[in-house]
Amino acid sequence: MSALLSVSELVKEFHMKAPRGVRRQKRVVQAVSGVSFEVARGETLGLVGESGSGKTTVGRCVLRLIEPTSGEVLFGGRNLADIDFDEMRQLRRKMQIVFQDPYASLDPKMTVGASIAEPLVVQGVEGNHDEKVVSLLELVGLSADHARRFPHEFSGGQRQRIGVARALALDPELIVLDEPVSALDVSIQAGVVNLFADLQQRLGMSYIFIAHDLSVVRHIADRVAVMYLGKIMEIGDAETVYQKPSHPYTKALMSAVPVPNPRVERGRSRITLEGEVPSPVNPPSGCRFRTRCWKATDLCSTQEPRLELRPSGQMSACHHPEV
Amino acid sequence: MKEKVLEVRDLRVTFNTPLGPLAAVRGVDLDVYGGEMVAVVGESGSGKSVSFLAAMGLLPRTATVEGSVVLQGEQLVGAAPKKLRSVRGRLMSMIFQDPLSALNPVHKIGAQISEMLRAHQSMSEKAALARAVDLLEIVGIPQPGDRAQQYPHEFSGGMRQRVVIAMAIANSPKLLIADEPTTALDVTVQAQILEVIQRVQAQFGTAVVLITHDLGVVARVCERVNVMYAGRVVERANIMDVFDQPTHPYTRGLLASLPQTGVERLVPINGFPPNMLKPPSGCAFRPRCTHATDACGASLPELQPVGDSMSACIRAREVMAKA
Amino acid sequence: MAFNRFVSHKAAVVSVFVMAILVIFVALSPFTARYGVNEAVQAPPNYFLTPRANAWLGTDDIGRDLYSRLIYGVRVSLVIGLFSAVISVVLGCLIGAVAGFRGGRFDDVVMRVTDLFLAFPFLVTLLVMRNVLGSIEWLRPIIGDLSSVRFIIVLFAVFGWMGVARIVRGQVLALKEREFIEAARAVGASRWYIVRRHLLPNSIGPIMVALTFSVVSAIISEATLAFFGYGPQAGDGATSLGILVGAAKSAVNPGFWWLAVFPCLTLVVIALSINFIGDALRDATDPRLQRDS
Repeated sequence: MSALLSVSELVKEFHMKAPRGVRRQKRVVQAVSGVSFEVARGETLGLVGESGSGKTTVGRCVLRLIEPTSGEVLFGGRNLADIDFDEMRQLRRKMQIVFQDPYASLDPKMTVGASIAEPLVVQGVEGNHDEKVVSLLELVGLSADHARRFPHEFSGGQRQRIGVARALALDPELIVLDEPVSALDVSIQAGVVNLFADLQQRLGMSYIFIAHDLSVVRHIADRVAVMYLGKIMEIGDAETVYQKPSHPYTKALMSAVPVPNPRVERGRSRITLEGEVPSPVNPPSGCRFRTRCWKATDLCSTQEPRLELRPSGQMSACHHPEV
Repeated sequence: MKEKVLEVRDLRVTFNTPLGPLAAVRGVDLDVYGGEMVAVVGESGSGKSVSFLAAMGLLPRTATVEGSVVLQGEQLVGAAPKKLRSVRGRLMSMIFQDPLSALNPVHKIGAQISEMLRAHQSMSEKAALARAVDLLEIVGIPQPGDRAQQYPHEFSGGMRQRVVIAMAIANSPKLLIADEPTTALDVTVQAQILEVIQRVQAQFGTAVVLITHDLGVVARVCERVNVMYAGRVVERANIMDVFDQPTHPYTRGLLASLPQTGVERLVPINGFPPNMLKPPSGCAFRPRCTHATDACGASLPELQPVGDSMSACIRAREVMAKA
Repeated sequence: MAFNRFVSHKAAVVSVFVMAILVIFVALSPFTARYGVNEAVQAPPNYFLTPRANAWLGTDDIGRDLYSRLIYGVRVSLVIGLFSAVISVVLGCLIGAVAGFRGGRFDDVVMRVTDLFLAFPFLVTLLVMRNVLGSIEWLRPIIGDLSSVRFIIVLFAVFGWMGVARIVRGQVLALKEREFIEAARAVGASRWYIVRRHLLPNSIGPIMVALTFSVVSAIISEATLAFFGYGPQAGDGATSLGILVGAAKSAVNPGFWWLAVFPCLTLVVIALSINFIGDALRDATDPRLQRDS
């Protein structure tokens, strides 16, 4: 079965105008520097990384909310760069997005029902949308009479559910979840994460779950890609990556995430990285992680490692992978 | 018997809002002993930040603060502004989630720390700057002498937080209040900052109140935990007890909703955080509690000893027996 | 919630009543006015009569009832104010929204044009453009004669949209990056749909405020122009508030106080009322004061 989504050497550059000085050089920031991955039907790919990793930009590029600078995005076999505006519009029915901020993702002047129905309206779907809206509300655990109300009458978790209902309106095959629970209280996150899992079981769509919270991703993702400064450092089956990380950065990341269990947490050996994520304007030569890596050698600064298959099944880009 | 640094009794904070009075803190009792790291855990609306902003005297005039906050024998509630100003920064400091808000963008870092020193100690400018450089070194900023001459925007997020910590401990306060100090930081940087706080604590003997919603962080560095809900402390326990044998249904619910290895399905806490303009009568957790009885709504439950912990659940023993 | 906040501005509430009464009065002018606009109160001597039973506010230099003329005059001024405000706001909304949303060259050009016109004192611009536009022959059938009401409305509208455009553009810039706009794009909404369905409705607050201030600005500008003799001058003695205020110039010295006091008082009351309403509207719709749950 061919993959639903296939991304190949995706690059996104942003041009920043230098501050008004004597010379106005254009500065180019590569937020995404050649990223490749696949998402199969019905699976969840977790995309994790810290600030500057480019994970959010990848999500937006896949949906062409941001235009990629170069690279290939194949959805259902169709190359998104080849198609025109109208066909893209058609394709948009199949891929949707849920945003991070529940307070900004709904138009405060529109009723919840109108927001959920908006995809149907924009896409020109015929007929009365009320029934569909009601069924969507119930699908996400809300009720029919919520349709008449306005976003400010709902809590953060409820608004997020409304956002999910809207994303489902056109029966998409792929949903990009961009930090969908980060802005919610911990006790509410669980409910929304369960909702995602349930919906996937029922409706069979694929997810790209973008997050910085590794424990949530571990819970829901089938496969995981770890990004750093615009590149994928490691990608593979979720449990494998979490339990037997191959890339030093992944290992440091796992080590840094605090586990809510004092015995485990205090008994662990810890890797604390030095320094901070370098600026994406001037990434380190060779392997981008080398400035913070305790294993770095000269090879790491001269030759950029490529993603290679490891014995435990995942792929990582490192000259000195963990074993 | 360790000396008690901070004693909070029946702290109440009410905000005068256009929608009516909002009781953000409804009777909080809390103790902090010398040199320890105490967690105050809660979600949005719990009142955890407001409690300590009130203790520091940092709330706007729309807030009415009542009760008792005694810091090293000095009563802070209702104290004259002059007294509060002499206490802040010298006996008690606070750091926040966003380090930028504490730093003046147009002054150099070294100057800002010096200012902090000279506000409370008589020191020459030169001596203060030298001490500032020392402090920068203690918090792990490389090349502190050079960095002291830089401006806040030249520092990254994690570095800024270190600077803010340096400012906060400049006068060796007995108490440091850290309000979500790592929430806005990348997880690898969070690990570094937690280490800095621990190191500073060991070196200066400062007691630290760590306000957070992240139970993993609590598990890593804290000795005792206060769990807050709807403006009150609902559980107080040692670090092991609170994770092994939580005595309050809210704490149980919180722990059950976290993604942990081996857990198939997350268990959210039903319902929503309470509307603090009109909190439920009696125990505020009642609408969401699976163990609630009519008696729970009768009156605000007080903290009672349950084993080594304190619990504000009148059915604590039955709740623990069922688990 | 916004309504409550509006209502808490006492001055604004009073102003609403005052304006409502005024508008009704003026709208019912065939009934409320006592004489025609060019009608003499009585047989001569009828000029410069002090306020009395058959001329409540006195008469002017040719014996016409000031009270009635005031009613007709206010009607004309309100019409000018309302129409020009509506047209300039509609224009300003469209231009500002498109400029803000599209950005780029279009935005730059539009902004520089508005900057240019806003740099000149409004009145100077008006006076100059009045003469310029008035002397262009082929425009005359469209926008009317130099001294007609239609011309004044067009004049104010064409040079009043800039302020509104600025405000709307600012709103749009702020809203543009909000996720619900991205969500609309994610389902394939066209730019025009987003402007129409999302950006403009969410800018209603500032737009309404801009509308009220445009009305005031137009009324006062009309009064100022008329004061200097450049106002609408339809024949048959038709008048406007501005003309009446202008006539005050020659009335003060000889001591005919009613010809100065009443028109000016009316102008002040109207301007203040609309200003209060605008202020209250601005506070009532300020998103920063709106509580999100």
